Amino acid sequence: MAKLKLKEHIINQEWCKGCGICVHFCPKKVLALDDNDKVMVVLPDDCICCKMCELRCPDLAIEVITD
Amino acid sequence: MPVKDYIRERFFPHIWCSGCGHGIILNNMLRAVEELDMDKSDIVMVSGIGCSARISGYVDFHTLHTLHGRALAFATGVKMSQPKLKLMVPMGDGDALAIGGNHFIHAARRNIDMTAIVMNNRIYGMTGGQFSPLSGYGTLATTAPYSNIDHNFDVVALAQAAGASFVARTTTFHARQITDLIKQAIEHRGFSVIEILSQCPTYFSRKNNMGGQIEMMEWYKNNTTRIGSKAKQENPQLIERGIFVQRDMPEYCDEYDKVIEAAQK
Ligand SMILES: Cc1ncc(C[n+]2csc(CCOP(=O)(O)OP(=O)(O)O)c2C)c(N)n1
Ligand code: SF4
Repeated sequence: MAKLKLKEHIINQEWCKGCGICVHFCPKKVLALDDNDKVMVVLPDDCICCKMCELRCPDLAIEVITD
Repeated sequence: MPVKDYIRERFFPHIWCSGCGHGIILNNMLRAVEELDMDKSDIVMVSGIGCSARISGYVDFHTLHTLHGRALAFATGVKMSQPKLKLMVPMGDGDALAIGGNHFIHAARRNIDMTAIVMNNRIYGMTGGQFSPLSGYGTLATTAPYSNIDHNFDVVALAQAAGASFVARTTTFHARQITDLIKQAIEHRGFSVIEILSQCPTYFSRKNNMGGQIEMMEWYKNNTTRIGSKAKQENPQLIERGIFVQRDMPEYCDEYDKVIEAAQK
């Protein structure tokens, strides 16, 4: 299967509750929490598009869009 | 997000606490429905009362938010009158196995076609952290400040003994497995039970000094294993994940149709 390529992470700031599950379990440490405890993308180039952040988000607040 | 086609966006953000495992179950349940390409109007979700039961408010299917412990009874009524509809019945551990324990074993015994999902956080979340029949011996709860002396049910063994024809278990750490098991349970014709271990960071893990959502999900990762794995043989304490029972048995609505036919002859 061809390697997926990241287009962007879509983050719904209104729905994110800052639980940090996506940040902790991202295998490549692509994500972090900002000063308001909302998720943000810090290392987009390292994303391997496994989508585990999207699947483990309890708040349906993050989506990984691939090309 | 494609799964957004299946939710009532106007009720988001949802009421669950930050890090609550119930949201992860919702997330992956929606993916199962999407991957099966189901029509929203063919699904009925019936829930009882509890944090877990609030799930029915968020999905854009036919939904019934009923009484504590009685979700399976209402679902049985719906299924008997509209056997073509697909029934999904998510329940808390208290909902399913304390007040609702009798409905649970008898629905399993009848083998009525529906998917029962036990969102097992081992505590009564909604009412403030009282112990449930799944908390287990030695745990702490609002109602067991000196340690719980009640032993817990094993949901898988109970469902199997009661006659469920599909029985499975996973955790919120294993998100893809949630989707996979729910898909298989929906496609199975008969009474399906899926136990999903789900963290309640507000009560269960805090009271039991098990950290928050991240530590709980690490715990699920480190303390569970595939059914029959080598790891299980080496460490019998590990909790098994996967499908324990999958068997063909006469389904209740089909049998009832035969009774109607025989009576009308
Ligand atoms: C007949 C009845 N008895 C008791 C209650 C109070 N009550 C509401 S939710 C609940 C238990 C919730 O725990 P659980 O089902 O495990 O779900 P959770 O909130 O942990 O998801 C109880 C005892 C009720 N609503 N109705
Ligand atoms: S009390 Fe527990 S079960 Fe209820 S929403 Fe909060 S974390 Fe979830």
